[in-house]
Amino acid sequence: MWDWNYALEILPELLIALRMTVIATLLGFLSAVIVGLLLALAIRSRWVWLRLTAKGFNGFIRNTPLLVQVFFIYYSLPMMTGISLPAFYAGILGLGLHYSTYLSEVYRSGIEAVPRGQWEAATALNYTKLDTWRSVILPQAIPPIIPVLGNYLIVMFKETPILSAITLVELLLTAKNIVSESFRVFEPYTLVGLLFLAISYPSSLLVRRLEKRMNLQRGK
Amino acid sequence: MPESWIDFIPTLLEGAKITVTVAILATLLAVVTAFASGLMSLSRLRLIRWISSIYVEVFRGTSLLVQLFWLYFALPFAGIELPKLLAAVLAVGLNFGAYGSEVVRSAILAVPKGQWEAAIALNMTPWQRMSYIILPQAALRMLPPFGNLLVELIKSTSLVYFITMADLTYQAMVLRNNYISWTSEILLLLLLMYLVMTSLVSFGIRVWERKWSEGRM
Repeated sequence: MWDWNYALEILPELLIALRMTVIATLLGFLSAVIVGLLLALAIRSRWVWLRLTAKGFNGFIRNTPLLVQVFFIYYSLPMMTGISLPAFYAGILGLGLHYSTYLSEVYRSGIEAVPRGQWEAATALNYTKLDTWRSVILPQAIPPIIPVLGNYLIVMFKETPILSAITLVELLLTAKNIVSESFRVFEPYTLVGLLFLAISYPSSLLVRRLEKRMNLQRGK
Repeated sequence: MPESWIDFIPTLLEGAKITVTVAILATLLAVVTAFASGLMSLSRLRLIRWISSIYVEVFRGTSLLVQLFWLYFALPFAGIELPKLLAAVLAVGLNFGAYGSEVVRSAILAVPKGQWEAAIALNMTPWQRMSYIILPQAALRMLPPFGNLLVELIKSTSLVYFITMADLTYQAMVLRNNYISWTSEILLLLLLMYLVMTSLVSFGIRVWERKWSEGRM
């Protein structure tokens, strides 16, 4: 059932695909971190229309499947706007937008945890809105949420196989291609599972340690 | 040729039936495994704790789609051939059971220590303590995170499309293949149908939570 020689033979190809998966994850995460912050700020905005749009976007994206969103970006966007994205960028955009809504909640919790006195102090010191955010609020809001962001990075890594639906050649699609040539199914798919585990399990241990250390620092 | 986007609805509703079936069966499996594994993780016996933590780490550490592929495409080579529905329910149910296991565990640990001590002082057996004192209090804490997981579960049933199960997403993609020029309408309709399902479920869970916590918290 399990052929070690065959498994070793296909491993290099899978490792190359793993690199692609990691790159897609990191780029998706980067866009989610940026868009998520913008969303969190928009949801706190004084302008009603901006707040409502951001909230509506958030609810819509969070309540529909990533797979369908990726289909929409890849198939419908070119028809509606004339902008046609290659699978790689469509995948990253879909992944990034989907998780930006989750990250906006994480930012929100970080921002709300900053004591009110900090806002008042910034006002008392005559800080502008921008300076208040940049040098008082965000430097205190972001460090505590870093472990949570780390967890979402791991979650996003595990969601990348979905992008194979729009022919983004990541780990799972590579395995599928190997299967269609060799007709040996067991090794490729098992290896893919093991590779995911080999990265996400140590990473989650790392995040847990980080979390513990940060709680200690804050005297919890 | 379809006259308007309304013509797509009957086909999509056919798919929605499969989606709902998978979601319900997977939820049942997930709840059972979440409680089993969550309780096991609190056991005094190290072996039982290990079994639970291996289950949780394996299913959380590998991707759901990879698990589905493995169950449906790889397992037949080990001599176990699963029908599509069973493979789908097993993959989704066991995956979310692993996430739910942590919810159950932390909700039980969050019940104040005095409650445990009071149950011991009243000479209750461990079984009585768990089922009459601890679990009823923990269950209320579990409800909101379980509600979030349920929304994630419904969304993730769209992955059964990959094993060509005729769910909502699959039906929509078949329609799209037949009527390429209607792609945007079909996909928007598809998104809306998922939105309706998940919104109904999270609304239901919120109502349930409010009813349940009346006079308790």
